Amino acid sequence: MAEEKELKNLIIQGAIYKTQYTWKFENRVNYETPNENMIYSFIPGTIVDIFVKTNQKVKEGETLLLLEAMKMENQVRMPFDGQIVKIYVKKDEVIPKRHLMLEIKKA
Amino acid sequence: MSLRSNVLDLRKRKKEVQKGGGDKAIEKQVAMGKMTARERILALLDKNSFHEYDLFVEHAAKDFGMEGKTLHGDGVIIGTGTIYDKPVCIFAQDFTVAGGSLGLMHARKITKIMDHALKMRVPLIGINDSGGARIQEGVNSLAGYGEIFFRNTLASGVIPQISVILGPCAGGAVYSPALTDFVFVVENISKMFITGPSVVKSVLGEEVTMEELGGAKVHAEVTGNAHFYAETEMECFDQIKTLISFIPRSNLKKALAHKPKAPLKGAKVEDIVPADPRIPYDMRDVIKSITDGSEFFEIMERFAPNIIIGFGRMNGETVGFVANQPMVLAGVLDIDSSDKAARFIRYCDAFNIPIVTLEDLPGYLPGVDQEHAGVIRHGAKILYAYSEATVPKVTVIIRKAYGGGYIAMNSRHLRADFVFAWPTAEIAVMGPEGAANIVFRKEISEAENPEEMRQQKIQEYKEKFANPYVAAAQGYIDEVIEPSETRSRILHALQVSENKTASMPAKKHGIPPF
Repeated sequence: MAEEKELKNLIIQGAIYKTQYTWKFENRVNYETPNENMIYSFIPGTIVDIFVKTNQKVKEGETLLLLEAMKMENQVRMPFDGQIVKIYVKKDEVIPKRHLMLEIKKA
Repeated sequence: MSLRSNVLDLRKRKKEVQKGGGDKAIEKQVAMGKMTARERILALLDKNSFHEYDLFVEHAAKDFGMEGKTLHGDGVIIGTGTIYDKPVCIFAQDFTVAGGSLGLMHARKITKIMDHALKMRVPLIGINDSGGARIQEGVNSLAGYGEIFFRNTLASGVIPQISVILGPCAGGAVYSPALTDFVFVVENISKMFITGPSVVKSVLGEEVTMEELGGAKVHAEVTGNAHFYAETEMECFDQIKTLISFIPRSNLKKALAHKPKAPLKGAKVEDIVPADPRIPYDMRDVIKSITDGSEFFEIMERFAPNIIIGFGRMNGETVGFVANQPMVLAGVLDIDSSDKAARFIRYCDAFNIPIVTLEDLPGYLPGVDQEHAGVIRHGAKILYAYSEATVPKVTVIIRKAYGGGYIAMNSRHLRADFVFAWPTAEIAVMGPEGAANIVFRKEISEAENPEEMRQQKIQEYKEKFANPYVAAAQGYIDEVIEPSETRSRILHALQVSENKTASMPAKKHGIPPF
């Protein structure tokens, strides 16, 4: 329980407090600024089909791949006019949530 | 036929039905490390106090081959009894009968005892051990759950409702416990989740065991769904009995007074707390230094341990304690600790239990995760709960009381009845380090040696503002007290508050930031 844990530093408004951390605090996810060039899966699922190739030029709104999850096929579309930089997934691959699928760049 | 033979026939019938699912099913239950439903009731209630009703109820299902089946008691035992000589209503699902599954008559038995508890204004204890809805009974089992949830809501704040999870409690079934006041779980036995591991895996591809997904530890430490965690069923029953001893039978009563006791002669309160506000101590030691017999019955010990909630007695009367815990995360308020404290404050207010708040916190926990998860709306709950509470409210500021945290922790501004502060109290808009950086930004940045100037300004600010006297000069604090006077001042404040009358404007109900 609490007593067995070591004291660590917690900085609140410039003051350094000696205290214990909780499991949740230690395992919190650090925030990262979203990178619009990296397309991650928003749900775990299976890559059913990939319609683009590396270096291919793609218009905004075109479907890049199909991600099947919860018995639904989700079309992953191009957010802007641009180009495919790299494809990180293969057809039939089962991927978790927040998995990097594609790297793209603006035209 | 003589009367005697009728009596013998009754006994035979009772004996048959009381075996529940029969020897084989009972053997299985025992092999899982579980007591039977009947054993549980008898272990929890006073000896020879249990009276069972609806023993001969049978299910009414006609489909899927159910018509020929006998399910003794329809998988649930209901009745009344006493704990410490005070009445309670109880139901216990019997896993040995069709896995404790809930059908129409099963639900009807539970709602019958719930109605009884509400009408008689006595506590309701529900022991959950069920595979879930009885699929063969279709929509009737869903109706049954709905009727139970509705009654849980009606009874909320009127009678104490206690849920004991002693087996699986999955799917919709989890919402009855979630609507009740206190949930008890036992290691390796309790399992609660909305969707089980197999569905989680097939839909999301996430591999997780039942224990990791919804075991006792998870609910006691991570989700906050459980209030009490025990290693064995017997330990769990002891916890329930202790809880019952602290709370009133209904919202119309006060908790029974016990014989007043002095705190144990142990560590003195002034030896527990370091003067430096950045050095931690265990706030529970402070609580125990002021309660009768140094007894403190902590609630949700493992969840959000940066705030402490629980019951103690002062001059024999039950008091609800809410206290920041500098030992964990410096005692900050965050999402979980706000939820935890707010619900407890509302419980105390609903059941006429005075609230004593011990304050020592540097403010709210910073972080993107906190902000994005809604620390604003969750943090607002604690303000709402304190403001709305009309029971006697006493606050003791031990050391730090900075910024929004000061306001939230039952300040005068939220209508605390008495606010005391130790001489070590620092009531300020923020700590000296943060304040000096802002107020003296120019002086510090333009100084030849900025760090030296910063330290000097921090010191200046500390001397001027990091004390209880600025707030005392405004009357925000009633009295600056010596630490050794803490218990006597609280006792006096509670005595004076005994006939407190305070009310909220008439309304149907408020709209708390749920």
